[in-house]
Amino acid sequence: MKPSVLTGEHFMTGDVACAEGALAAGCLFFGGYPITPATEIAEHMASRLPDVCGTFVQMEDEIAAMASILGASCAGVKSMTATSGPGFSLIMENLGLGICTETPCVVVNVQRAGPSTGLPTLGAQGDMMQARWGSHGHYEIIALAPASPQELFYLTITAFNLSETYRTPVLVMTDEVTGHLSERVVIPEAGAIKLRHRPAPKGRKDRFKPFQPGPNGVAPMAIAGEGYGIHVTGLTHDERGYPGMNVETQIEMMARLTLKIRNNLDDIIRTEDYRMEDAEIVIVSYGISARSSLAAVDEARDQGIKAGLLRLITVWPFPEQQIQKLAERVRGFVTVEINLGQIHLEVQRCAGGRVPAFLVGHPGGAVIPPERIVETLKTAF
Amino acid sequence: MKYWRVPLDSKEIEVSRGIVVILEERCKGCGFCIAYCPRNVLELSPGYNVKGYHPPLVKKPDDCVNCHYCETICPDFAIYSLEIPPELPQQAVLPEFATEAHD
Amino acid sequence: MEKVKTRPDHPLDALLRTDRIPHIWCPGCGIGTAFSACMVAMQASGIDLNKTVMVSGIGCSGRGAGYTRLDSYHTTHGRAIPFATGMKLANPELNVVVFSGDGDLFAIGGNHFIHAARRNMDITVVCVNNLIYGMTGGQAAATTPCLAKTTTTPRGNPDPPFSLPLLAFASGATYVARWTILHTRDLTKSIEEALNRRGFSFIEVLAPCPTGYGRKNKEKSMDTLKIYQERTIIKNGAHPMDAVMDFGNSITLGKFIDQDRPTFSENYDKTCRPQFA
Repeated sequence: MKPSVLTGEHFMTGDVACAEGALAAGCLFFGGYPITPATEIAEHMASRLPDVCGTFVQMEDEIAAMASILGASCAGVKSMTATSGPGFSLIMENLGLGICTETPCVVVNVQRAGPSTGLPTLGAQGDMMQARWGSHGHYEIIALAPASPQELFYLTITAFNLSETYRTPVLVMTDEVTGHLSERVVIPEAGAIKLRHRPAPKGRKDRFKPFQPGPNGVAPMAIAGEGYGIHVTGLTHDERGYPGMNVETQIEMMARLTLKIRNNLDDIIRTEDYRMEDAEIVIVSYGISARSSLAAVDEARDQGIKAGLLRLITVWPFPEQQIQKLAERVRGFVTVEINLGQIHLEVQRCAGGRVPAFLVGHPGGAVIPPERIVETLKTAF
Repeated sequence: MKYWRVPLDSKEIEVSRGIVVILEERCKGCGFCIAYCPRNVLELSPGYNVKGYHPPLVKKPDDCVNCHYCETICPDFAIYSLEIPPELPQQAVLPEFATEAHD
Repeated sequence: MEKVKTRPDHPLDALLRTDRIPHIWCPGCGIGTAFSACMVAMQASGIDLNKTVMVSGIGCSGRGAGYTRLDSYHTTHGRAIPFATGMKLANPELNVVVFSGDGDLFAIGGNHFIHAARRNMDITVVCVNNLIYGMTGGQAAATTPCLAKTTTTPRGNPDPPFSLPLLAFASGATYVARWTILHTRDLTKSIEEALNRRGFSFIEVLAPCPTGYGRKNKEKSMDTLKIYQERTIIKNGAHPMDAVMDFGNSITLGKFIDQDRPTFSENYDKTCRPQFA
């Protein structure tokens, strides 16, 4: 029987690495539904969760999958689901429930070309704006973009940690290419993996207010069955959890939900610089496109163009301040993504018109070759 | 209760007695308790509560047998019955009811 | 001198969020009675109330979760059952009760109901069937009788309704019962039995909706209760195929199915993780 942390060197696909990351993070519940190219995550969890006395359920659809992981989390267990575009759309309503009820969980989207059924077996990055705004209403969300199977392992753990600290669903936005890529994945000793858990309630149970924020803006979480007698609802609610049908409650609740993320951007936003110290042109990219961009930066530098890569590890919340600061010293931005311009819009917005922002995009289904990126660097600048 | 003949053990059987408590502010005047009380103990009161509903009032307190049906059928948690212990001679004062005198 | 009586609490006050009573349900609404029966059953069943949770969906019946002092979860429309599934599987010690309405559980939530019943998830589902979508103003539901007037069937409902016990039975539910709010004692006893048994228990409770259903169909609550009194017949053990519900004629009530078969958790443990069983 294998342990939850498979310490050692492995050669595994991104999907499997993601599942192993979840197990290493302490995930004990997976409610899923098959969808190409995320099915392998479900399959791997189905085979591994019983090893660690976890539960795998193949639910009847992604709506049920998302509802089940919220329920499991409310009962105190770290939970996850994995899907792709069409399932991601189905998950949206319950994602909103998770955000509003401040329930930690992880949702993996192994993106494929859309819209609609699209190209089930070919990767894309076309769900990035949906990751931000897919559910109705206004809210904050955390979305991470791994660029390799190794990173899928680590960022799935990070996703769990952030979801527990900030009591919010966290999205892991990968793509079919990274999901199906087989690469070397090193899994460390269990002791080397730092895990975070949801803040526990203190004080009298009968005086406990389930949504009263703690010092970092996050309310301690009472789980079901511990005698706290909490009420959790998707209706706009006050700190007691009671629905409040008025504007004042909405204002308070929205402040609570958004500020806990916006006031902790230092902890949440992670990016990686590559040859950025003296870069004049900044490539902004994430996921598999960041790997094309890495090659493009080196190729461009060989040709005398001072390019650098700002790789987004956290795509949402978007690193606005970093882009704004860079806009003051560089000549321009080039966003590389497998869609027709989504994060590109954010880069444009944050550059504020001070410098141009270009897009090297793709409608979906193929990885962007580094040559195209270099071409744009040459022609645009 | 009317019998067409008196059962042989009728002197030994104790019919339970109850007292009805009405939480008037919760009542919504649906009338279920009044209609379905098996002893017709309740009727609609002419008065009304803060929300404008007519709560029930106990018109035949001596007939209540503590069957709890009003309590069971009420959708608003607005009525319940308490047993009068057999040893108490009348229902005027129950230990659960604390009476405080105010000047 | 004035004598002021301080009265003891209503017997259910310990289980209610009394700071939210009076509740939002209309005068004459049957949900309050069904909810009250559920609370009484919980108290009488002897289960650990600290480990009992109530999960509901959206709708008038879904508001029930907000009035109980137990851990309660008011989730999205139709999705109470998968949410409850996740809770139960994450912590099998929890007693999970789903208290929701006919539209929520059988229209939008129909698929989830079927699969939870198929799996024999160890939860209790109390469905308050008022034949209408009450909260949104009285639209036709999957249970609305044929020819009834609703806001989305102003000329009469052309559709036939479901038989909920038959659907539950066909999906694999191991405890299936139908009562009305008038048959409160039977209802309470059914819920108590359901709480104390393993497997998927389904109890349908017929309740009046004087506002959404009643106004357009000229049926006040008292009229509906009269129908429950005069046109119902209790047939315990009847086959769900025979559990007819014809409001003009006869409505069959009773505990139809009470079988025992392994729950999802038992099967999962045996098949998938025998080393922990």
